[in-house]
Amino acid sequence: MTAVAAAVENPSDLPFEETVMAPAVPPSPLRLALRRLWGGGLFGTPLNSVITLAYLGFIAVVVWPFLDWALVKAVWTGNGDACRQEVGQGACWAFVADKIRFILFGLYPGPEQGRSAAALLVMAGLIVATGIPALWRWPLLVAWGVGMAVVVILLGGGFGLAPVATDVWGGMTLSLLVFVAGVLMAAPLAVALALARRSKMGGLRLLSVLGIEITRGIPFIAVLYAATLLFPLMLPAGAAVDKLLRAQIAVSIFVAAFLAETLRAGLQAVPKGQYEAAYALGLSRWQTLRRIILPQAIRTVIPGIVNILLNVFQDTSLVLVIGLFDFLNAARVAANDTEWMGRHDEAYAFAALVYFTLCFFGSRYSLWLERHVSPHRRESR
Amino acid sequence: MIRPVPPVSPGSPSARKPPVLLWIGGALRGGVASAADRISGWWGDYPRVQLLAVGAVLAVAVWLGMTLSGNLARLGLTPGFGFLSRSAGFEIGESWIPYSAADSYGRAVAVGFLNTVQVAVLSCALATVLGLSLGVARLSSNPLLSRTVQVYIEVIRNTPLLLQLFFWSLTVHALPSPRQALSPLPGVFLTNRGLFTPGITAEEAPLSGGLLMLGGVGLAVLLWAALRRWGPARLRGAVLWRTGLPLGLAAAATALLWGLAGPVWTLDLPRLTGFNITGGRTLSPEFVALWIGLAVNTSASVAELVRAGIQSVPRGQWEAARALGLPERRVMRLVVLPQALRVIIPALTSSYVSLTKHSSIAVAIGYPDLVNVLNTTANQGGHVLEAISIMIFVYLTLSLITSALMNLYNHRVALRGENHR
Repeated sequence: MTAVAAAVENPSDLPFEETVMAPAVPPSPLRLALRRLWGGGLFGTPLNSVITLAYLGFIAVVVWPFLDWALVKAVWTGNGDACRQEVGQGACWAFVADKIRFILFGLYPGPEQGRSAAALLVMAGLIVATGIPALWRWPLLVAWGVGMAVVVILLGGGFGLAPVATDVWGGMTLSLLVFVAGVLMAAPLAVALALARRSKMGGLRLLSVLGIEITRGIPFIAVLYAATLLFPLMLPAGAAVDKLLRAQIAVSIFVAAFLAETLRAGLQAVPKGQYEAAYALGLSRWQTLRRIILPQAIRTVIPGIVNILLNVFQDTSLVLVIGLFDFLNAARVAANDTEWMGRHDEAYAFAALVYFTLCFFGSRYSLWLERHVSPHRRESR
Repeated sequence: MIRPVPPVSPGSPSARKPPVLLWIGGALRGGVASAADRISGWWGDYPRVQLLAVGAVLAVAVWLGMTLSGNLARLGLTPGFGFLSRSAGFEIGESWIPYSAADSYGRAVAVGFLNTVQVAVLSCALATVLGLSLGVARLSSNPLLSRTVQVYIEVIRNTPLLLQLFFWSLTVHALPSPRQALSPLPGVFLTNRGLFTPGITAEEAPLSGGLLMLGGVGLAVLLWAALRRWGPARLRGAVLWRTGLPLGLAAAATALLWGLAGPVWTLDLPRLTGFNITGGRTLSPEFVALWIGLAVNTSASVAELVRAGIQSVPRGQWEAARALGLPERRVMRLVVLPQALRVIIPALTSSYVSLTKHSSIAVAIGYPDLVNVLNTTANQGGHVLEAISIMIFVYLTLSLITSALMNLYNHRVALRGENHR
């Protein structure tokens, strides 16, 4: 509270003081900024001075020891012995370098790992392409269809590739696959649910409300368990569904419920006049929806959708509880190797770095997108 | 985990109400004629399309249900909750109520539920304290502080909760052994075997303790209602009056009843004996990791909510309050916070709900929460359907209660806003 009070007291926030005090010759902007920083933010008030000084203590106790561990005393190359001599000294990045194939591809058989890498690249390429608004045309959908077929063939075998069972798929490839396939399966379902929830047809609306609210009301882990335990019992005897597909279904049901709610907000934001204008022009209901309403609704909620997708990507790590080897689980298991003596710190730090990089740039991208494609920007032009 | 979407707007109470409730409300208010209108409205413009779609969904559901019951019968399982009274046969690491493997499944589920409640309540409390301080620090004019908090928030938001949980679990297990225990406060020990805090032991049945607490809260509510009615008028609008006072009253009333009731409870301090710490209340390392992990994870969202809430108050409000000659602290307390809370509280409530749902991640580090116990139940006795029904029922009830409370709150602040106009 006092910090806020200080924030408000800060004279740099009050423009009129500057105009009163302005000298005849204005100082250079850099000098002004520095003076403002020094006199305002860092040492302007007694409280800010205390905070600045306390910050030095924070650097000494937290920041420096961390950098010392992660960079200065770290072991970058060599084998387990090199790190063992340095036990308790610094990070052993040599461990990550040695285990990188396991962390990225899990239990996928060694000689075939190139296929897993290729699948990873195909998915990453498609995601990057989807991020470019200029490419938002129907060929992109075709590319996704073809791309995912290629990914499944690359991973699973066929067309001259040796078959690989889904229970050894793993690592970053699996994380990305669960995420991408889950979202692809969820998208049409989400649109249907959102439309049903907004429709005049009471029966459909009721079904959609029930589906969305129940799914959103329970934890993701519960959905995962429901899919893994209940789903096999719901199929005729003998029809087995493998674990990965079950997890996939759980992810897409869960994502669909959240996407549907976001889309509904977008649909609500489309003014009624848009429907009326479209009908007046003689467009059919379906044409109105597809050409007028949905594009606007989706554009409005794109930042929200990207945020949900980032959270879903982080959530894919939870498939570990049903025994899948995703990126995080692979990193965790890699640390159990006796050769390296439980390098959990490094494994988690590496996983955190990877997740952070991906998600941080994802959220920056979302902000950029908000500025460049959201309808509000067009209005303000 | 998916974070709560901020509510549409705190001023529109009906925005979040499920359409079914609106419909029922409308039917009751508008009378039979309007209800008939609404029923015919249900069919929409394409009744056949709807019939077909609903019929298809129902047919799939019925088919799945029939295969399910067929499969269960084939496996020799009869669906039903009768199994809850049978002996569970598995141990649970920690529990609020006495529990052993010989106890029933029902009791095991209750233990899991209480454990979920424990970790959810304590995490919400810690997350609020952390988040409030961080949110205020984020607004500091000192760039070092606000930037550091920003980095903290970004790191938390951009890494999976599970990863953070593994980190805390690792940290807790790397704490010193009981003999070199850290003792941040007298009577509190932090070790690799968990957190030891002073406990309160009930000498009589724990029920009397619960009754005492309930009595205290009841007395506090009565006192508060009386004060609201007859208390000084100028205090009624203050934030402290609305939040701090009821809490203080509840604590005071409980203490009073405690004093009156005599030595029902005694304070039990943990102490080092040999190689371990005995006495007091022990919180397992898994619990501590989960508690800190959930609280830290949620504190990032709470900090953002607090910041957004304070920033949502227009600058003119600050300026007007200052022009009236109010000192800075009172500007904050009497003018800015009450308006900010209107934005903060609904979002905070949904943060709490999602924290509670996230607590099911406990299963990954072996804390026996509701989902963990139910999963064991499902795997052990084959009571998959029942276990999942209980899971859905408990979490859904919780979500519905929370959104009902939130609607009530929204309704209140919306009315208040109109009255002031």
